[in-house]
Amino acid sequence: MIAWLVGFIVLIVKIAVVLGTLLFIAAYLVWVERKLLGRLQVRLGPNRAGKFGLLQPIADSLKMLTKEDIVPEAVDRTIFLLAPAVVALTALLMFAVVPFGEDITLGGRPIPLVISDINVALLFIFAMSSLGVYGVALGGWASNSKYSLLGGIRGAAQMISYELSIGLSLVPVVMLAGSFSLVDIVAAQARYPYVLVQPVSFIIFFISAMAESKRIPFDLPEAENELGAGFHTEYSGMRFGLFFIGEYVHIQVLGALLAVFFLGGWHGPYLPGPVWLLIKMMAVALVMIWIRGTLPRLRYDQLMAFGWKILVPAALINIVITGAFVLI
Amino acid sequence: MSDPKQTSWLGDILGSVSAMAGGFSTTFKHLFRKPITEEYPEYKRPLPERSRARIILTRDPDGDERCVACYLCSAACPVSCISMQSTEREDGRRYAAWFRINFGRCIYCGLCEEACPTSAIQLTPDFENCRRDILTMVFEKEDLLVDHGGKDKTYNFYRYAGVVSGKGGKGEHVKEKKAVDVKTNLP
Amino acid sequence: MTLYSILFYILAAVILASTAMAITRRDMVHAVIYLVVSFFGSALLFYLLGAPLLAALEIIIYAGAIMVLFLFIVMMIRIRPSAGRLLSRVQLLPAIVMSGLYVVVGAFMVTGDTAGRGDFQPAVAAPETLGQYVFQQHWVTVEIASLLLLVALVGAMIIGGKSPPESHPPVEEKS
Repeated sequence: MIAWLVGFIVLIVKIAVVLGTLLFIAAYLVWVERKLLGRLQVRLGPNRAGKFGLLQPIADSLKMLTKEDIVPEAVDRTIFLLAPAVVALTALLMFAVVPFGEDITLGGRPIPLVISDINVALLFIFAMSSLGVYGVALGGWASNSKYSLLGGIRGAAQMISYELSIGLSLVPVVMLAGSFSLVDIVAAQARYPYVLVQPVSFIIFFISAMAESKRIPFDLPEAENELGAGFHTEYSGMRFGLFFIGEYVHIQVLGALLAVFFLGGWHGPYLPGPVWLLIKMMAVALVMIWIRGTLPRLRYDQLMAFGWKILVPAALINIVITGAFVLI
Repeated sequence: MSDPKQTSWLGDILGSVSAMAGGFSTTFKHLFRKPITEEYPEYKRPLPERSRARIILTRDPDGDERCVACYLCSAACPVSCISMQSTEREDGRRYAAWFRINFGRCIYCGLCEEACPTSAIQLTPDFENCRRDILTMVFEKEDLLVDHGGKDKTYNFYRYAGVVSGKGGKGEHVKEKKAVDVKTNLP
Repeated sequence: MTLYSILFYILAAVILASTAMAITRRDMVHAVIYLVVSFFGSALLFYLLGAPLLAALEIIIYAGAIMVLFLFIVMMIRIRPSAGRLLSRVQLLPAIVMSGLYVVVGAFMVTGDTAGRGDFQPAVAAPETLGQYVFQQHWVTVEIASLLLLVALVGAMIIGGKSPPESHPPVEEKS
């Protein structure tokens, strides 16, 4: 009973630490993005709230929390209220299976630095990201506005298309590691990261995951200049904030997954595991911000053609080649 | 590589990759450039003299107020934020008994300035005119009147007007022909 | 009653209720959402029975892909909720016959094994075991099924694709 209780407390502490870190970094990622995007465009970025604008995330969240939560008259109320939570929740849940360090020993008992090491962790991630579509699609539909509906439809189409190439791009990784568990995948990369042997998979996964998180150049669901704000046009206050948190947590999860599948997870010299994972996550996030500062938005037909005619066949060919190598 | 279609396909890919690389290197270089942002409250950019912001009522070179209360600015104003009451001095010179601009409504379009025949009403570059209380945005004549000629330093309406006032009698104004003596002009 | 059986009954109730809601909703989008909840419940049920792989696949394929496709179509074509009777008499008769059969079969199953200890074993399916079972012992079935899907895909392309060029006036052919 005591052992169970200790285990339970450790689990709660782990969840609290991970959740706190994720949300804290999400808030500061917004600051980093605005600052860096500003410099990429030869601007300064936020610099009013605190030194270098460091208090900007706090000011933003205070603003979001105190703003009126407007629910328009013609919306489908329940779905409208729940949709942002779906987006934020699925993004946060994906992190539950990401290992962030070697087992540590505390008081004679090993504590794995992962919240849940299930043997189908990779499929769990797919499941969560495919459920994230509902937040976007239903949020757009329930708003009962033409911009939101168009954004929701675009989001649904885009996300189910690119989920396919994400799945296919990870098949070679599973073939090499021989397991769906992220802990095993990271352990298999102790000697060399998979990006060295699977560069094609890496690129396909990076592009598709970027499309999955609806970032520029794949931000068609929220295309500002044609759809207002797309699926979250009608949202205000903290419900809009939840969509926002979902997006930035998604960036971190994407960074963590990229690190786990291709960059060797928490493996790295000198520094402890969680620090390495954080460094890799941040590196991916910075590259994504750089991409956002450079590339324009794709057109809808380009997006679909790119996903179905280039990424999916490339991923399939990559699977066949990897299979041949694994057999030999 | 002998197949022409193959080379063009490859060329397409190489071309788009190099184009992307060009874009990324440009943004990367921008990262190390000095930002061109002008930080407003610390640095106030000198605005052009003719930029349109707070409205003033100017005086002529002799120090009299230029406004003759003709109501043209009030009529031209698309948001009807100018109101006044005209009256006349003993020497025949017209002026506004009171003159009021509601800056809460003003859109700073400058149509009043264009309509004004005496260059009295003018817009200035001073745009820092925010108030917490909207009622303090209503400016009376004493708030509007300034001690200079604004953008038009020399013009004095009554020197040209041909109206008898303190600036001279009949025929004594600039570009005015001598007054005709009707008694000597008989056929 | 163990914790697991309590969870089982809760999940079963949720699945039944949400499925009932799904087939009685007039609003198509609401029906789709209830069906997603139902699939979600079944996935949890699979997990409870010791088949996490099936649970994950259930969510990915049914809740994540097929229902999103449904939702996509429903959102695209904007069906107005019909105002008529929910089940017409023509639909009601087969429904009653089917549910009657279901009750009879269920009754046989319950009375045949009152102890509830039949030869049901928890379907513990590790990904490797399942993969080898499906793709080594039943590869022909898998190939046939995939061929069927391919034929359906090509057929959809032909039906939904551009009409043959000879039906176009010759002016448009240059594009």
